[in-house]
Amino acid sequence: MNTSMKKAVIAIAGFSLTAAVLVSCGGGSSSGQTKSTARETSETLTTDDYDPNRGEGKFDESNVEAGALNMAMAEKGEAISGTKCLSCHKLSDEKLVGPGWEGVTERRSLHWIMNFITNPDPMIDKDPEVQAQLELCLVRMPNQNLADEEAREIVEFMRKNDGVK
Amino acid sequence: MKSSKIIIGLLSAAAVAIVACKPKSTSNAVSGDAASKVYVAPGKYDEFYNFVSGGFSGQLSVYGLPSGRLLRVIPVFSMDPEKGWGFSEETKPMLNTSHGFVPWDDLHHVEMSMTDGIADGKWAFVNGNNTPRLARVDLTTFRTAEIIELPNSGGNHSSPFGTENSEYIVAGTRFSVPSDANSDVSIESYKENFKGHISFVSVDKESGEMNIAFQLKTPGVNFDLARTGKGKSHGWFFFSTYNTEQANTLQEVNASQKDKDFIMAVNWKKAEEYIKAGKGAKQKVKYAHNVFDEHTHTATSVIKDEVTVLDVAEYPDIVYFIPCPKSPHGCDVDPTGEYIVGSGKLAALLPVFSFDKIQKAIADKAFESETYSGIPVIKYEAALYGEVQKPGLGPLHTEFDANGNAYTSFFVSSEVVKWNVKDLQVLDRQPTFYSVGHLMVPGGNTKKPLGKYLVAYNKITKDRYLPTGPELSQSAQLYDISGEKMQLILDFPTIGEPHYAQAVAAELIKDKQVKIFDINKNAHAFVAKGEAETKVERIGNQVHVYLTTVRSHLSPDKIEGVQLGDNVYFHVTNLEQDWDVPHGFAIKGASNGELLVMPGETTTLKWTPDRIGIFPMYCTDFCSALHQEMSGYVRVSPKGSNVPISYGLGDKMTTVKK
Repeated sequence: MNTSMKKAVIAIAGFSLTAAVLVSCGGGSSSGQTKSTARETSETLTTDDYDPNRGEGKFDESNVEAGALNMAMAEKGEAISGTKCLSCHKLSDEKLVGPGWEGVTERRSLHWIMNFITNPDPMIDKDPEVQAQLELCLVRMPNQNLADEEAREIVEFMRKNDGVK
Repeated sequence: MKSSKIIIGLLSAAAVAIVACKPKSTSNAVSGDAASKVYVAPGKYDEFYNFVSGGFSGQLSVYGLPSGRLLRVIPVFSMDPEKGWGFSEETKPMLNTSHGFVPWDDLHHVEMSMTDGIADGKWAFVNGNNTPRLARVDLTTFRTAEIIELPNSGGNHSSPFGTENSEYIVAGTRFSVPSDANSDVSIESYKENFKGHISFVSVDKESGEMNIAFQLKTPGVNFDLARTGKGKSHGWFFFSTYNTEQANTLQEVNASQKDKDFIMAVNWKKAEEYIKAGKGAKQKVKYAHNVFDEHTHTATSVIKDEVTVLDVAEYPDIVYFIPCPKSPHGCDVDPTGEYIVGSGKLAALLPVFSFDKIQKAIADKAFESETYSGIPVIKYEAALYGEVQKPGLGPLHTEFDANGNAYTSFFVSSEVVKWNVKDLQVLDRQPTFYSVGHLMVPGGNTKKPLGKYLVAYNKITKDRYLPTGPELSQSAQLYDISGEKMQLILDFPTIGEPHYAQAVAAELIKDKQVKIFDINKNAHAFVAKGEAETKVERIGNQVHVYLTTVRSHLSPDKIEGVQLGDNVYFHVTNLEQDWDVPHGFAIKGASNGELLVMPGETTTLKWTPDRIGIFPMYCTDFCSALHQEMSGYVRVSPKGSNVPISYGLGDKMTTVKK
């Protein structure tokens, strides 16, 4: 009984995901939300030139450096996160709407994180691990219109959260 | 080259002859290639935005041309449950007037803001006909940004027509009425006490803010439509009048006695000089001026109390009357500014006046022997360029193309007629279905008409669409006017009732759309910039809920401690910063409506619970796969209950100590 109930719930959730993504389609290439389902996406859109270690966007090793923690930047990042991120992400490893932030700067390069938070839609469409995450969370991470500097400050706050000194 | 042109000419003549042989019925008025001319493929854009008055719905509708697809309905003088307009605390002041909250009006005409006589795509001005008002719609947000009420007026019909650089938008009263300050008079004393007032509303070039610069007080007649001069006639304005009989009852008969009414020519530059020189009387009046601030996301309404009035009888070089047959509606100036077309709705001809001749007549004092209430009347022949003979029945309104042609709508004979302005010859006529009112050519009122299409906005629909009971959708019809003959290519339904409309190229507007409001610049008094700032506060019997939305939850989503007798204000901040992700907000039993909150915006719903119990609240705009989960509960306890204010989300609850 319990098991069959769960299956039914999953089926419904899966169906609404399809509907939701379809509804949000039509924005054209700029929003990038042009695909029908997550599964279809992974089959048809993962391109050879997508680098899952780098992500897609402006940032790479050459323009993102990780030195000693910059406390002032981390504080700014904390304030921005309060407005734009922490409705959906906890600072622990616990999932809220999206995954918790604890350990993220150890799992991911800083430039990958910056690409993802400034340019989420193409990466949700192309990155296998992000797609796997979408199947768990069922909500596409929104583009919160972060400036480059703001993205770097958020990453600095994430580093502080991960105990970088 | 010449021979090929002739062949083409012959071919089209043949085609026309074939068409002309067929009876004009609804089924065969459309030729074979019409579908391809109006087809806009999925994902493709229309060529024009068409801003169409919504008449007695009080709204402004926006269609794409040539597809006729409805893109947007903008509430202006109306409440709109879809958008929360007039329901949210922030938008209620927009509908304030000197009569209080007036959430309806009759929106007749549309005028795009202009630079050098060409639409610039910044704002659309629209009029409220009933409780006289003028509104400015911002074309970066497609929202009403400002509404100003008009004193000394009774029906703002002759509006909102603007000058070449939108220096002024005019607002002429349809019904002459006594001045507001001295209005308890007998209706029988119309000729003595009733006056026309034309407001010249200035527009700030940068902010768009409107201000009643001055009013012209005129003899008591009815003002119908108007048009600015342009090019050589810049500095002049032309208004059509009717009821120059000054009837105060049974106007149907009594206002149709004279063979000719007037077009009123106004030298507004001269009037402006008088105002700058300190002339005119300051009058005590009362009118509302409402402005929506995009940073606080809040409207304010201010009641103003003074207006400057110039009595045109005291300044004889401002206003001249030109006789025009018969109860003219349209009063339209061609792209060169030289020709002024009067459309006497009860007349069987179309007079075309010449600006040069009008100037000469004024210089020569070629006036009738008798003034009209002290205003000089230019001799008809002295102002007339010529007449279009037998154009049709019931001419209403004229627009122009870039090739020297005019297009006039005929209500009684239900047709649109193309004619040449120079030689006054009728070139083509096509039926409309049915009884066309205004018509519109993109840019057809400007110095540089774009031509290509003509839209007829019809008064009667009858059998054009699937029937829907006694009331039918309103009807518009699109004609291709790129060739010599006009070709009907599309019917499309509109919201009621379309009067006038204007269209501009999509490029002028589409790339400057606001997509989100920057949450960091949100200056709303009750904003919560992030969930850490959400809270519930009690001030006496007011409960203020600082609530945020993000896909897919409300914060807080559990609220207790509200008591019967409280007024609860939900200040909803949408934390999203992505285009096309509004969230809605509703709570059971709210006696007004819902909210629709744009990304980065804060909007407030007032709720006065009427019973104790548990009240669900939820997001009304499908936002994500977990939209159905985006909800919460509010507990209402009896008055004086000891349940404290508490609120929270998930496992985090905050209790406010008493």
